[in-house]
Amino acid sequence: MMRPDAPNYSPLLNPGVVPQGFVPFQTNPGNVDANGAVHPLAGGQPFVVCAHQPTGPHTHTQYPYVTGTSVLAIKYKDGIMMACDTLGSYGSTKRYKSVERMSVVGQSTVIGASGEYSDFKYILNLLDDLTTHDYCLDDGQQLSPKEICSYLTRVLYNRRNKFDPLWNSLVVGGVSPKGESFLGMISMIGTAYTDSHVATGFGAHLARPLFREKQYDDMPEDEAKALLEDALRVCYYRDKQSINKFQMAKVTKDGASISQPYALATAWHYEAFVNPTAAAIGSW
Amino acid sequence: MFRNQYDTDVVTWSPAGRIHQIEYAMEAVKQGSAAVGLQGKDYVVLATLKRAASELSAYQRKLFKIDDHMGIAIAGLTADGRVLSRYMRSECINHRFVYESPLNVGRLVCQVADKSQVNTQRSWKRPYGVGLLVGGYDATGAHLYYTCPSGNYFEYKAMAMGARSQAAKTYLERKFETFESCSLDELIRHALFSLKESCTEGDLNSKNCSVAVVGIDKDFEILEGDAIQPYINDMEAEDSGAMETADAAAVGTEGGEEPPAPEAGGDEPAPMES
Repeated sequence: MMRPDAPNYSPLLNPGVVPQGFVPFQTNPGNVDANGAVHPLAGGQPFVVCAHQPTGPHTHTQYPYVTGTSVLAIKYKDGIMMACDTLGSYGSTKRYKSVERMSVVGQSTVIGASGEYSDFKYILNLLDDLTTHDYCLDDGQQLSPKEICSYLTRVLYNRRNKFDPLWNSLVVGGVSPKGESFLGMISMIGTAYTDSHVATGFGAHLARPLFREKQYDDMPEDEAKALLEDALRVCYYRDKQSINKFQMAKVTKDGASISQPYALATAWHYEAFVNPTAAAIGSW
Repeated sequence: MFRNQYDTDVVTWSPAGRIHQIEYAMEAVKQGSAAVGLQGKDYVVLATLKRAASELSAYQRKLFKIDDHMGIAIAGLTADGRVLSRYMRSECINHRFVYESPLNVGRLVCQVADKSQVNTQRSWKRPYGVGLLVGGYDATGAHLYYTCPSGNYFEYKAMAMGARSQAAKTYLERKFETFESCSLDELIRHALFSLKESCTEGDLNSKNCSVAVVGIDKDFEILEGDAIQPYINDMEAEDSGAMETADAAAVGTEGGEEPPAPEAGGDEPAPMES
């Protein structure tokens, strides 16, 4: 995810921007003419387009601060499996190494998020409200994965319309009460789709080609786990904002669970890694 | 019901612990023409007797489709019924938009009941004068609910409301235990027979009754006129003794030759009710 540049308020570069210290919306001397007649305001007053000024139009441009990288998920014979690492990056710094980016919602759904971690916590809060409401009604009804996915799509899309997005790509996976697997993905602008395999962030480029080749809806569990771990390994090798500490979630008609974090075996003994600049031209 | 001393408004209790205005509102439901509901294993059937304000007018509608999986029959003030029906439709469609799935029938009925209760606790409002029979099919199966102006709601296997509904209830009390194993056609027949008990002149025809069905493989559908004629014919055939079934033997109206006549418009209550 590219972080946009912070806006530059230098009057040299941005004509029309009001310099700091100017307070707009004061009584306009141009309103009353020399004869004492009051002319209606016609919108010619100066204004600022800046979120940091106390008055004037507000914008909610956001930048993500603590971010998670890819989330991968596939359907298999008994349900769905989802995996991601446990890193919360602060820009390029690998700052928080035990961040849980997947969570069980209700009894049969797992949500995984990449992007801004605090927005993910807020989304979990919203879902908590929904599940608490269901618990209080106590009528045997709970939200199915499809309903959770639709609800979150609407939330993300409406935030996008207010120019105040929740900076996440979400993966929603679960098994409906009837036993059908569900796997959906929602982007930060509210675009949503369902598929047999989904991945966010770098995983969309690195893992999905592997899934396209090897994933099929009836695959047995050990094969599915091996495929996911293979994809995680590739993401760890190639994504600079990832660590070798992963969690795997599994949802079947019997329920949902998330494993404890574990590491994968990786190989760094290759010549190219030992001496990375050996074949580089002009290096020193 | 006689005039009472503590019945001026809905926010006054009587010393006996009753709120008379709510009870008067429930009387309005009893003035409407009959409606019955039956819940089977996979289907719910609603049947209503329609009333015409005069010989010149069309019959008043009592069945409303709320969503593909849910519908209601009303008895009492039709205008109040329309308002509640609009609220229910709005809730259903909003739920479908956000969650892409049908709204649970019991939850919507609870919302309607809560809305009705508000009207019993505000001095500037009056209770809704309409009772609803809500039939629907959702993830938890087929359900039939009854809401009344007091803000209460109950789930039923079979229920009748409106004028002369006690006769229909008696029929249903005899038969309801068989409903779980009935087919859809048998449920419709039971609904029509129970409705017939509430008729004044005794005969149903395809003009003065309408039936609605909803269930596991059926969106809410209203059967009227020609669509209901085959069931009326079957009913008349059974009545005249052509088919000796256990049901026909148990039906109280067998043997009598009621002259077929539509419901007279002369002795009807105020046109606003149906």
